[in-house]
This record gives sequence, C-alpha cells and structure tokens, in this order.
Amino acid sequence: MTGKRYGRERKRDRVRIRLWIFGILAAALVLAAFFSRQLCPFDPDAQNLSMALEPPGFPHLLGTDRFGRDMLSRIIAGARVSVFSALALVAVITATGTVLGVICGYFGGLADAVMMRISDICLAFPGLVAAMGIAAVLGGGIQNAVIALAVVSWPKYARLARSQTLAVREEPYVAAARLAGGRPGQILIRHVLPNIAGSILVTALLDIGTMMMETAALSFLGLGAQPPTAEWGSMMSDGRSMLQTYPWVVLTPGGAIFLSVAIFNLLGDTLRDYLDPRRLWKKEERI
Amino acid sequence: MKKYIVKRLLWLIPIFLGITFLSFAVMRLAGGDVVQQMAENSGITLSEETLEAQREALGLDQPFLVQYLTWLGGFVTGNLGKSYVSGQEVFPAFLSRLPATLLLAVTSVALTVVISIPLGILAAVRQNRAADYLIRLVSFIGNSLPNFFVALLLMYLLAVRFPVFPVISTGTGWKSLVLPALTLAIAMSAKYLRQIRAAVLEELGKDYVTGARARGIPFSVTLRKSVLRSCLTTILTLLSLSIGSLLGGTAIVESVFMWDGVGKLAVDAIRMRDYPVIQAYVVWMAVIYVTVNLITDLSYRLLDPRIRLGGDAG
Repeated sequence: MTGKRYGRERKRDRVRIRLWIFGILAAALVLAAFFSRQLCPFDPDAQNLSMALEPPGFPHLLGTDRFGRDMLSRIIAGARVSVFSALALVAVITATGTVLGVICGYFGGLADAVMMRISDICLAFPGLVAAMGIAAVLGGGIQNAVIALAVVSWPKYARLARSQTLAVREEPYVAAARLAGGRPGQILIRHVLPNIAGSILVTALLDIGTMMMETAALSFLGLGAQPPTAEWGSMMSDGRSMLQTYPWVVLTPGGAIFLSVAIFNLLGDTLRDYLDPRRLWKKEERI
Repeated sequence: MKKYIVKRLLWLIPIFLGITFLSFAVMRLAGGDVVQQMAENSGITLSEETLEAQREALGLDQPFLVQYLTWLGGFVTGNLGKSYVSGQEVFPAFLSRLPATLLLAVTSVALTVVISIPLGILAAVRQNRAADYLIRLVSFIGNSLPNFFVALLLMYLLAVRFPVFPVISTGTGWKSLVLPALTLAIAMSAKYLRQIRAAVLEELGKDYVTGARARGIPFSVTLRKSVLRSCLTTILTLLSLSIGSLLGGTAIVESVFMWDGVGKLAVDAIRMRDYPVIQAYVVWMAVIYVTVNLITDLSYRLLDPRIRLGGDAG
C-alpha cells in the first residue's frame, strides 16, 4: 500500500513538472507573439527583390520569400496574428458558451429548450464548412474568420456547461446554499461555476490548438488574413506554387503552426492529467 | 427499435428546416444585392430599370419568408438557381462533382480504419513499450498538424522529392487518389489511434480477458474474437464525430490537390463570390452530415447489444 502511494505521488510530481514546462513554453509563445515587433530581426514587410527566395542561411536564418522578405521575421510577426486570434476566439466561445450553458442548465424552462434547439441546428453543420460559408459572406479578414469560427463553435461549450451544471445542480452543497437563502446569481457564481470550471478550462486549452489550425485553414483558403499581412496560413497559401523549388517558403510557416499547436496541446493534455488524477491512477493499476 | 427510427426520422424535418432557413437567411442578409453582384461579375453597367426588372424576375421584391419558401421549394426539387459566374444551373454542376468527393471521403475513412485499428491494438497490447511510445508520438504529431500542411508535406515528399505520385490529380485514377485520401486519413488516424488504444486498454483490463487466459484460450483469439468486436463501437462513435471535420477537410485537400470535387467547387466559388454555389454546398454538406450521423447512430444500436436490448425506451 505504501509503495503504491509513493508511486502515485511520484507520478503526480512528474505531472506537475510537465505542467510547469509546458506552461512556461506556452507563456513564452504568447509573450513572443506580444513582443513580435521587437523580436523581428528584420522588418517583416520590407521587400528587397534582389534578395528574393534566398535559401535559409546568413543573415536570413529561414530564407526569404518571393518579395525578398525575411521569413523568420514574418513568422515571428505571424505569431501575433495566429496566437492572439486563436486565444481571442477560444476566450469568446468559452465565455459565451459557459454563460449560456450555466444559465440554461440551472433554470431550465423555455429559454433552455430554445437554446438547445438552436445549438442542435448549429451542430448540424459540419464546423469548417459552415465557417467557410459565413466567412465567404462576411468577406476576407482575420476578424471575420474569427467571427465565423466563433459562430460555429460556441454550442459545444454551451452543451458542456449545461450538462455539467445539470449534474452539479443536484449536489447537496447547492441545495444547502439555496436553503441558506442564496440568490440564484450568487449560487451560480460561488458554487456552480467553480465546480465546472476545470473541465471547461481543459476543453478550452485543448481547443486553442484546433482553433489555431482552423483559422490558419481559413486563411489558407483565402478567407482569413489577407496578404500582405504576415499570417502563417496565408503565407503557406502564398508560397504553395513554389513548393517544388523553394520549399522553405511553405515548410517554415507550417513548422511554426505545428510547434505552437503542439505546445498548447501538450499543455491541455497535462492539465487534464493534473486536474483528473484518477486517469493516471487507473492507468497505473491496470499494469 | 422501430419507434426509435421513426422518431429520429421525424426529428430530421425540423433540423432540415433549420439548416435551410439559417443558410438562406445568412446568405440573403449579408450577401448584398444579388443583381448588383451579377452585373458586376458580367462587367456590364446596367440602368436602374433593368436592375429593377431583374430583381423582380428573381423574386427579390417578395417578402423574405416567401423568398425562403420559393427557394426551399427549388431546393427540394433540385433547382438551386444559376451560378452568378458561369450562368449554369448549380445543382447539376454540384451533382456531377459529388461522386469524386464521396470517393475521396470513403477512401480516406477506409484507410483510417486500416491504419488505426491494428496500430491502436498494437499500442495497447505493448503498453509502455517502444512500439507504444512510437505510435503515441506519431499520433500526437498527426494531431498537431493542420491538414493543409500535411497535404503540402506529402506533396513535397512523395511527389517532388521522390516522385511516386502526381503533384496534382489527373482525373480520378487511383494514383491521384492516394495523396489526398492519405492526407485526410492521417489527420483522422491520429485521433482514432488514441481512442482505440484507450478502448482496448480498458477492454484488456476486464475480468473476462483474465478468465479467457486462465482457461488457456490463446491471447490472439481473445483479441480477435472479443476485444476487436468491442472496438467496433468505438470506431463508429469516432466516425460520427469526425465526419464533420472530414467534410470540411475535403474542401481544403481538394483545392490543394486539384481534386475535382464539390469542395474545390466551393472554394473556387468563394473566391468568385458565387453565392448560389456556396449556398448549395453548405446546405448539402449539412444534409449529408446529418444523414451520415443518423446512419451511424442507428448502426451503433444494431451493433451494440447493450443498447439494442436495454435502451430501447429512449
């Protein structure tokens, strides 16, 4: 028994260390995105046609694109667009979905029924297809891509928050709070929300990577950021025809997307393990 | 079971009305003046009277709900209007490209199943061994790659560096099919592998596996006869979850590989602001999505006796 507890604790320590590492990496990525203007070695928009399509080397560490713009600088500048639009998107859908879901789950009634039917219809569209349609109507631009993805993604959070609220609503501590004369708003904020925040936070963190890929996909299709804005998806779309001869124009922004998505996915996975240790123990007991 | 099927089929009606109404409303409200668009696309400046007459001919002077019902009637009878760009009927153009997309989608699903079931089982059986770690690493990498990047990577590796496959598709031969289907399959397999591994691990932890081993039944037989069967429901659940992203993914992959399906048609239409085509695409994809979900849901019930026998009341 003691040996097992020791093993569990060691496992938990390891999860804590991983959480720190990936947390720091994610924070570094966000900081880099924030200070991207200061970090760029060259002006990301400065064209120099005599230096066009230079392969990676010195002084252009990741080479240059067809206008002679420094790829590394454009990738760093692109981090700002990609990271912040993904963060803003996830923040908006999480907040909207959670507020709607908690209120509908707690009070039920007509508003709940109407909200669930609306989310049923929204979920009947394949996400990216509907986002393409909405972005096409709104026109290009990264804001419009974010709006389009927000419109198709909020129902997931509303449903998650609602089902969690339904479960928590019946707990004795909520009943106690109600008996003690707590107002509904107070009960929701003090008792319901803290208890459902964990699973919503994990879902949100794991969605940052997905949303980053989807905004990049919309930009790649010409529905998001428009050239000359440095954005990873549109940079790849722009360099597509040069894949054969100048592969770095496509591969370096792709690598940037991969790395940032991987960091946020690792952070989400680790946080899930941290918040739900039963998952780890179960794995251990199975061996 | 019969009652359940009827209930689900009836539920399709409000969903269908919701899908069509939403698509129609979004396109009409934000799509701007259609007649103006058509005039701009054709490059001719028309007088205000001609524009007005054309609006009347298209029924745009009617109330919104009447317009919606007319459009819905057209949708049901296969009349989706004409493309603003080519002036051709939208529905026949859409229908002629649908088989290519379906072929791509079905092939990628088949590839996914072929890749992820054996590897998922292998990872579970060899838990915490080298093979498991390798499979998990690959699945993690696959999960963090956007599919347009996978498409370009495959294109770079298998068509440019080592020219095995054509860079862009030439017709619908199998060689042109491999890279686009593989792109979609990689994204899906990465997700499936994880889930199948977890499902098999859970199954292997159950008492009947130990019991079978105690009775001297070879492990491979238990694996094949019992564990694999229980994986089928996991696969079906995953399938119904991933059809949505698969349909969206076909649009991206088709336009990268120039695969002549409805996705490429839609992406081209978006570039040209050809709203009738976009509208047809969005509505039809939603209809296909809902239908496939219904089918997987029903076959789920057929395959899993626990649901078939127990949960019929719902």
